[in-house]
Amino acid sequence: MTEPKSKDNDFFDKPATIRWILRVFYSICVLLVFADFIVHRHIETAIEKIPAFYTVFGFVACVILVLLAVQMRKFIIRDEHYYDEHYDESDSQPQNSSLEKGDES
Amino acid sequence: MSLVMFTSLPPFALFFIAAFILLFLNGKTGSLVASILTVLVPVISFLLLLQWDHGSYGGYTLLGLELQLLEIDKLSLLFAYLFHLAALLGGIFALHEKDRVQQITSLIYAGSAIGAVFAGDWITLFVFWELLALSSVFLVLARRTEASYHSSMRYLLVQVLSGVLLFAGALVLINTTAVTTVSRLELKGLGPWLIFIAMGIKCGFPLVHNWITDAYPQGTPTGTIFLCTLTTKVAIYALARTFAGTDLLVTIGLVMACVPIFFAVIENDLRRVLAYSMINQLGFMVCGIGIGTAMAINGAVATAFNHVIYKGLLMMSMGAVLYRVGHVDASHLGGLYKSMPKTTVFCIVGAASISAFPLFSGFVSKSIIMLEVLKDENIIAWLLLLFAAAGVFHHAGIKIPYFAFFHHDSGLRVKEAPNNMLIAMGFAAVLCVYIGSFPQLLYSLLPYAIDYSPYDITHVLTQLQLLFFSALAFVWLNLKGLYPPELRSTHLDIEWFYRRLFPKLWRWFVSRVSAIYDSAASGCDKVVQQLIKFSAKNSAPAAVLGRGWNVNSMILALLSLMIGVLVFNYL
Repeated sequence: MTEPKSKDNDFFDKPATIRWILRVFYSICVLLVFADFIVHRHIETAIEKIPAFYTVFGFVACVILVLLAVQMRKFIIRDEHYYDEHYDESDSQPQNSSLEKGDES
Repeated sequence: MSLVMFTSLPPFALFFIAAFILLFLNGKTGSLVASILTVLVPVISFLLLLQWDHGSYGGYTLLGLELQLLEIDKLSLLFAYLFHLAALLGGIFALHEKDRVQQITSLIYAGSAIGAVFAGDWITLFVFWELLALSSVFLVLARRTEASYHSSMRYLLVQVLSGVLLFAGALVLINTTAVTTVSRLELKGLGPWLIFIAMGIKCGFPLVHNWITDAYPQGTPTGTIFLCTLTTKVAIYALARTFAGTDLLVTIGLVMACVPIFFAVIENDLRRVLAYSMINQLGFMVCGIGIGTAMAINGAVATAFNHVIYKGLLMMSMGAVLYRVGHVDASHLGGLYKSMPKTTVFCIVGAASISAFPLFSGFVSKSIIMLEVLKDENIIAWLLLLFAAAGVFHHAGIKIPYFAFFHHDSGLRVKEAPNNMLIAMGFAAVLCVYIGSFPQLLYSLLPYAIDYSPYDITHVLTQLQLLFFSALAFVWLNLKGLYPPELRSTHLDIEWFYRRLFPKLWRWFVSRVSAIYDSAASGCDKVVQQLIKFSAKNSAPAAVLGRGWNVNSMILALLSLMIGVLVFNYL
């Protein structure tokens, strides 16, 4: 916590850096799609014959994963202290007093 | 102690001896000895383990049962090596920790895990199975907060339940088959089912998985490293030994691989994200065990081996953040790469390994399972595992490093992790890259002969396509603002039933019963009061029972009574 602010290395905060990282990333994605048409993949199952199957699957799978998770969250989200209240309601006492350090023997 | 005696000690013994010695040491010497032992014991014990050949050792008889302390073969040896490695990594990571409770119990914990994988019979396995539970609970308890106390008690209940079920199953099995050795079982009859459920609990099967996501985020920064590397992997070993090829395991494994990742995406506590992601990884292994071919078992075991290292590494990086920052809530982290650059790099190596990037360890093990699922012609299972593999990258590979170390700057400026933590993480990171780049060493340790090369162009290309487009989905969702914000919150899971519903039902039941009791008691009270009032009223000097009688009516009454008795006698 004592490090002076001037020493901060904020390389990954600069918009220019982020722009470059994304550009490189997008180019790799495009190259990977192209590679699919150049490289002859071994096919184990019919579904793999779809051109660029793995790229489509990876993208769609993750979008579905996140969108479904967002919907799921609407039903299961509760307050941060949801379970803690339960302990306040019942009269259970926190029995931490016996847990002092070095109490193992 | 002569050297011969020393070297013929069972492989787990050194851990218990060291823990016993530490019981009697305190103060500065105690701390010094503890630090030395936590690092030296795994190393020496590992070197001693190398001299053991395959075979059965340490037979003994207990209550008429022929028991076998050590059954050493390739499968048990691999896991024993792995647990030595885990104990060493965890030991180095915890070197700065002066808490004797954790030092002692983590030694016992590691020793129990090693004892459990070598156990040749069910009774010995049960003893170590319970020791795992009893020793590991202290690593949660040692956090010394109210939440961790309650969490550890729930953890202990679940773990002991697993042990009791294992013991019951073992007794039924021994009673019906007279076989005590831990060997392959058909999932038929009471005994095998009880054992199956006992292992399932320890392995985090669906519906009984919440102890992992409950206790691991509550453990101490260092204790959770031991927790996440040992218990569930003992269960994986036990399943591989006894239930390999059980079809039900494929289904269970698919559920484990696919369902928890949804929770991982929205969870805020990054150690809980890792706990959910761990169930997902265990799902891959359970699937492999369920398929049961030699290669599938190899794949499951290799994944378990790599998983201990990369999940340990990720958990260590989050442990370091927890140690420095005091929490691991994604919503309140970010920008830590500036103050913890080394931890950031190690975390990214762990993330690349769990996501199975080429040249990292996950790449050389997970695909073995995927390939066997394909050979099994189970396309749906294969697609689900592929979905799970993409999901892993999404929540463990990107989410963990991104939200902790990058994202928006949280303004947190902390010190880099302590040197011992950096050494442990560095060691694990080197292993991840080494195994990923040169998998032959790991392959040679696997229980069955293996002829597999992960580095062909199809595998590398398809894996890169899958991962990069998963990442593209992350970028796209973030740019579109569709990615769920990290929120400090609780997400309901199966644990809701036993943390909320059952206690509520129980309190309702108790309040109903006590209400009924109260009304019954006050009713009885009223009746007695009335009775007293009634008799008091009738016994007053002027009342029926209290007033004086004249002689005539007394004689009449007496006469009626005597006639009555006479008539009664003749009836």
